[in-house]
Amino acid sequence: MQQLTVPAAIARQLRWNAVADLLFRRLTLLFAIFVAVLVFAILVALLVGAWPALSRFGPGFITSAQWNPVTEEFGALATIFGTLLTSTIAMLIAVPVSFGIALFITELAPAWLKRPVGIAIELLAAVPSIIYGMWGLFVFAPWFGDEIQPFLTSTLGNWPLIGALFQGPPMGIGLFTASLVLAIMVIPFIAAVMRDVFELVPPVLKESAYGLGCTTWEVTWNVVLPYTKVGVVGGIMLGLGRALGETMAVTFVIGNAHVLGLSLFMPGNTISSALANEFAEAHGELYVSALIALGLLLFLITFIVLALARLLLLRLSRQEGRTT
Amino acid sequence: MRIKTKLRLLCLALAGLALSGGTVAAQQATEINGAGASFPYPIYVKWAASYNELTGIRVNYQSVGSGGGIRQITAKTVDFGASDAPMNEDELENAGLIQFPMVIGGVVPVMNLEGIKPGEIRLTGELLADIYLGKITKWNDPVLRKLNPDVNLPDRAITVVHRSDGSGTTWMFTNYLSKVSKDWADQVGNNSAVQWPIGVGGKGNEGVASYVARINGSIGYVEYAYALQNNLTYALMQNREGNFVSPNVKSFQAAAAGADWENSPGFYVVLTDQPGADTWPISGASFILMHRQQDNPEIGKAVLGFFDWAYRNGAEQAIELDYVPIPESVYAIVQRHWAKTVTGPDGAPLWNGGGK
Repeated sequence: MQQLTVPAAIARQLRWNAVADLLFRRLTLLFAIFVAVLVFAILVALLVGAWPALSRFGPGFITSAQWNPVTEEFGALATIFGTLLTSTIAMLIAVPVSFGIALFITELAPAWLKRPVGIAIELLAAVPSIIYGMWGLFVFAPWFGDEIQPFLTSTLGNWPLIGALFQGPPMGIGLFTASLVLAIMVIPFIAAVMRDVFELVPPVLKESAYGLGCTTWEVTWNVVLPYTKVGVVGGIMLGLGRALGETMAVTFVIGNAHVLGLSLFMPGNTISSALANEFAEAHGELYVSALIALGLLLFLITFIVLALARLLLLRLSRQEGRTT
Repeated sequence: MRIKTKLRLLCLALAGLALSGGTVAAQQATEINGAGASFPYPIYVKWAASYNELTGIRVNYQSVGSGGGIRQITAKTVDFGASDAPMNEDELENAGLIQFPMVIGGVVPVMNLEGIKPGEIRLTGELLADIYLGKITKWNDPVLRKLNPDVNLPDRAITVVHRSDGSGTTWMFTNYLSKVSKDWADQVGNNSAVQWPIGVGGKGNEGVASYVARINGSIGYVEYAYALQNNLTYALMQNREGNFVSPNVKSFQAAAAGADWENSPGFYVVLTDQPGADTWPISGASFILMHRQQDNPEIGKAVLGFFDWAYRNGAEQAIELDYVPIPESVYAIVQRHWAKTVTGPDGAPLWNGGGK
């Protein structure tokens, strides 16, 4: 048996490689831990900052709609309501539209149109949010207030039950406009993710389904969507996360009033726009603390939404293969 | 080899940084930093530019809002703060601060009504409070019609616009409403942000102005300079003597002239609802905040020097930008106050009367 000898230079190289590998692994681990520590540190900082308000108001902070800087009584209900309502309406509008866009680009569009439409969507995603806010305030709100809102108020506004949703002065500013601007802002994100995952579906799967005589809709619903559901839900969550935290665009058009109202045409407020509006001028420990507590709530809401999305995906994957 | 050269270069760069850092530290007396109210930002920046040309001292001012200004000066991250709402004596005492008025401004009700020109509508304080309380909801309300018999007031709902951010403007406005309306004082009160009974909130003067411009039948309130520069439809206000006055430099100065600065501890002077035949009722001063005891006497002196120069030579520029300068008589009182209160770390006074 002849001893296998490794030339010294190569041996050194190999040893160095092992060290470099280890270093690299440790370094990436460090980055990963850093992110986790950062999230935890933010949570702790928010808790500490919010403590004076939370200990003073207790659970009442979440159930009260009072927001009175003069008497220092603060409750988050109106802003929580505004945040959840605008994001929900935005998602109700954005998800079907994004789905349609992604479907059109991947399945239906003629080849020459795919690229321009795709690029246009990516451009929309790159527009800063304040531009959407300005567009909402200076272009959309006047038109909506003058042309559409009086019509809706005089027709839908008289319906029983849902009529109350459409009451209010025709100023074009309010919860509905904010929701719509949010929807337009998140559509590019959701549509881009959906398009990317739709394109990952192996052509052979779709072709087989078409071969069985399926319509485009059946192929999409029964083949493309089940194959891509993780990505689709991920895209929707990305959009929802952006909608929940969006600040400037909403501040421009929501009307910024701490009111708990039913009408979509009345001004409201979201957590992030309340923070943007009031933080700079907040005076006194309790006021600042109440604002930080709002931030903490937004943090928790986002966390819960993401956790629910994870749960949903988990349940989906557990059911995989059961239904035929 | 290559790594070593890189290391050497890095060391050199670091050394260079440290050196330049050192020179910055040595020059600090030629640079002072302030932060606070956004309303006087344009005039402070203009004064700072002229002062820099003249003396080489750089004055940096960040417009972060009055509340932010108070927080930053309390935390000593800036050399002076600025606030539109005065701090009261206890607050000043607790934070170890002094305050003095720097410019005067006012708040002007503006509106959007078809066919109505600036200065055509007359309002009283009580009426304004009732509108903001939601008690008067139509432009052709009998009270409004009685006050404005010559104006053709439409049957249109009033949309109230207020500030959504905390603001010195709101402080002055609600202070005035609290003085003239008991209902307002009881139900809403006076602060830089309040719980508005009705209306929509715009961010900043420009936010309120754009909402007012947008919504037919709306009424809002903005800083005087802002209303003037944007040709907004302002209203005439009834003052304490019963006269209807229009907002201008003269009517603001009339408000300042009537105030008793000499006997107001800490210059806690609010210029709303002041006596005087020509007085604009919603006026107020914007204040500068400083620590009584300056950790670095050089910087303390530089700050006082800058404001001394602004008091003496800044009036013309202030008027150009539609601000109302502080009357000379008031400045004399401020100087005496400086000499008494502002000291270095050793307790020695920093201001010797400014006779340079």
